[in-house]
Amino acid sequence: MSHRPFPGRRALRWAPVALSVIALVLAGCSPDQYPQTTLRPKGDFAHLVDHVFRTTFVLATVVFVLVEGALLYAMFRFRARPGAPEPEQTHGNTTLEIIWTIIPAAILAVIAVPTVKTIFKTSEKPARPDLQIEVIGHQWWWEFRYPDQKIVTANELHVPVGKTVSLEMTTGDVLHSFWIPQFAAKRDVFPNRYNNIWFKAETTGYFSGQCAEFCGVEHGRMAFRVISETDEQFEKWVGNEAIGSPLNNSGAVTDSELVAHLRVEGDTNARLDSLMIKGRAAFMAGGCIGCHAMVGTPMAGMTALIGPNLSHLGSRTSIAAGTLTLTPENLARWLRNPNEVKEGVLMKLPRPLTEDEIAVLVPYLLAHK
Amino acid sequence: MATTALDHAPAHAHEQSGLWSWITTVDHKRIGILYGATAFLFFLLGGIEALIIRLQLGAPDQKLVSPETYNQLFTMHGTTMIFLGVMPLSAMFFNFMIPLLIGARDVAFPRLNAMSYWVFLFGGLILNLSWLFGAAPNAGWFGYANLTEKQFSPGHNVDVWVVGLQVLGVASLAAAVNFTVTIINMRCKGMRMMRMPMFVWMSFFTQILLLLAFPVITVALIFLMFDRAFGTNFYYPPNGGDPILWQHLFWIFGHPEVYILILPAFGIISEVLPVFSRKPLFGYAAMVFSGAFIAFLGFGVWSHHMFSTGMGPFADAFFSLTTMLIAVPTGVKIFNWIGTIWGGQLQFRTPMLFAIGFIAMFIIGGLSGVMHSSPPADLQQTDTYFVVAHFHYVLFGGSIFALTAGAYYWFPKMFGKLLDEGLGKLHFWLMLIGFNLTFAPMHILGLNGMPRRVYTYPADLNFGFWNLIETVGAFVLGLSQLVFLYNIWRTARRSEAAPADPWNGATLEWSIPSPPQEFNFPELPVVDGRDALWEQKRKAGGPLPEPKHVSGAGIHMPNPSYWPVVAALGVAVTLSGFIVGFPYVNIAGAAVLFLGVFKWAFEPAG
Repeated sequence: MSHRPFPGRRALRWAPVALSVIALVLAGCSPDQYPQTTLRPKGDFAHLVDHVFRTTFVLATVVFVLVEGALLYAMFRFRARPGAPEPEQTHGNTTLEIIWTIIPAAILAVIAVPTVKTIFKTSEKPARPDLQIEVIGHQWWWEFRYPDQKIVTANELHVPVGKTVSLEMTTGDVLHSFWIPQFAAKRDVFPNRYNNIWFKAETTGYFSGQCAEFCGVEHGRMAFRVISETDEQFEKWVGNEAIGSPLNNSGAVTDSELVAHLRVEGDTNARLDSLMIKGRAAFMAGGCIGCHAMVGTPMAGMTALIGPNLSHLGSRTSIAAGTLTLTPENLARWLRNPNEVKEGVLMKLPRPLTEDEIAVLVPYLLAHK
Repeated sequence: MATTALDHAPAHAHEQSGLWSWITTVDHKRIGILYGATAFLFFLLGGIEALIIRLQLGAPDQKLVSPETYNQLFTMHGTTMIFLGVMPLSAMFFNFMIPLLIGARDVAFPRLNAMSYWVFLFGGLILNLSWLFGAAPNAGWFGYANLTEKQFSPGHNVDVWVVGLQVLGVASLAAAVNFTVTIINMRCKGMRMMRMPMFVWMSFFTQILLLLAFPVITVALIFLMFDRAFGTNFYYPPNGGDPILWQHLFWIFGHPEVYILILPAFGIISEVLPVFSRKPLFGYAAMVFSGAFIAFLGFGVWSHHMFSTGMGPFADAFFSLTTMLIAVPTGVKIFNWIGTIWGGQLQFRTPMLFAIGFIAMFIIGGLSGVMHSSPPADLQQTDTYFVVAHFHYVLFGGSIFALTAGAYYWFPKMFGKLLDEGLGKLHFWLMLIGFNLTFAPMHILGLNGMPRRVYTYPADLNFGFWNLIETVGAFVLGLSQLVFLYNIWRTARRSEAAPADPWNGATLEWSIPSPPQEFNFPELPVVDGRDALWEQKRKAGGPLPEPKHVSGAGIHMPNPSYWPVVAALGVAVTLSGFIVGFPYVNIAGAAVLFLGVFKWAFEPAG
């Protein structure tokens, strides 16, 4: 944000440094420029939380000003003056002490009431959610399963706007914490245990989230996105993702279905053949298949694999749990040496992929939208 | 004081110089200095770790250190600052000051005291030597299971952490027993409990917390050690273990631990403010009971560290309300401190500046604490930089400011020289500015979505600006510590001696020469009120004559002993066996421990 242009700064070429610092600080305080802010809630759960936050924040600010003010006043008012007599040796004042025990207690009661109400509201599972999603944390990526839509995907959570989404969350390895600041708050995930959170998105768009519980080497690179979209967009996405999904007829898909899925306008059969046959061969020979389910391969039906399901990678916007934007160059870079991008990643290639294999795998993966 | 008869008697003082005299010393004052020097070195080490962290985070997507190194850095920064920095810096004052403040010649168990120090030193060394082997602990200072299981942390990093903390726990428990007994049994005549200086009271509560909290972490760590060494399943989910057990055990220790870190600071502030306001502590009894209340409630709030685990609404509500409740006695303390300076004649000497800085910063940390006592709000704040800001306002703005106030205040008593005022003020302002530049922006970043413990962040989250400011602030903070070191170095080289009572103090330590002689008081004092020395001066109608050095002939002091060091070494080696995994190491260590304790038991105490 330091490089954001300020119109005022250009006009006043010789404006004092202080002014620009103040401008920067003020700009830095505005939540609008932080894509992951908690202060601009866009979902019902986040609004409930935000309401409690604002109440406590306002009260805390008032107390802060009064108490720090009293401290500063006392410092100036009672500073030692030369020749002044010994101050009066007071030992206490019971009335005062009772007053300043009761007042904070009263302020806390003002916070406690909405707090307890909101605790109960946010702990209740929605009685009839519009959409049920299972979230599974992994070192260091997120798996999302839609049991009713029969979909398995990773790192990008599609939700229809204005619908109550209920998330049942667990982990495949260590603790993680699922956090979408603008929709809901955090919930940790535990092995052998399901935690629930829910939200209803108010607007469409991309929203960032990330793992909030330290979970090992690459905890810092365990982000995800929530894509809130209209019903039509969501339905289209669901239809697409269901093709070859492990939850959908064990991933079974016919060649003609796959061709129909892959075909783009003005496509040639030769390109499609090359994508499907050479790509699949490289996917298997390069060892990808050891950890990833992929539509059209023998492992399409597997759910319990180490790596994310790649069946519709081409429809995602990023790879490596939000580390890189999904472009052909970035995908090639990732395949060449994943550890260069994300040092601790558990993606261990049995052998380095050849440039020829990468040249085949990139279009193959991207074509599977 | 009746010194004439003793003036010409032959000296019976133990050797006071040379390395061997430091190794074998059982003098609480020299052990206090050892604690202080060692802890300050560890504190600087933790600070250097923090500076590397800040350099890494100064801009987005940096690769100054690897993710693994970063994880080791923040784990060791937290572990070091808590167990090797703040706790032993408090222990320095417990050791040096408690016997002086209660009019005693030493602690109840001088050799146990020496052993505590040596065990602490060895524990600190075990933790830090792991850097040399690239195996520094890397699972965070609260080492959440099941990441700490062998399956996910196969290296020795977690073993080092477990053993290091176990060793340090032995030191803390031994010291806690010692000071509890000392405070209860060793007070001079007339020093009733309700006449004790507030630092002694707060230290007393700290010892009780240590006694009750450390066994819990010991058990939790033994479970973890057994999981890792012998394949038990306490926290291992595939065989029915539950990682949440660790969280409960850890925080039942961990929250009282927070008060272990802050109560001594409360005590120091309560000594400094009255002296530099020229009037007694406001509401002494309320201060004592609020301290007791905080210590008691400290055991009933642990799950507020776990709101995001989904404990259910009743547990959330309960722990939320107890946490809010703890703000009441804390508020009482702050108001009583302001009441203490209200109407006084405030002298802004360096200790006073740090004490007032403490109040100002602690208020901020306290208020952000209240903000996340509310579970819904905490669900957004926990594990973000907002929490990092909060606990640094409490532990740095709180504990470290108070400990620094204590250092400037008691330095003349400990070393017989006054630290330089000009440098002290420079130290204060640099520290205050650097501290706020470093930690205030963390509130903004946390609320705007920056999680803690991430080794980097992508540029498009826009966290770069404030992180850069924080990094600059951290170096200002580092600079302030260099000013402090320079001040100590310069003061050590100067020859002007401080008077015994440079601040017109209220408590007994100022009635004896600086530094005190081995036996502290030639004659054990008799007190008949709070602020015993002020009382004496009032009766005398003015300042007391400068106390003289006297011969200690006829005063029985315990002999130096090296068996505490041997026993301490035994403790460290026994437990270290669990790092290297050779049972012979455990056995050898146990033999050394047995030898040390056996010889110690039959050694004439002097």
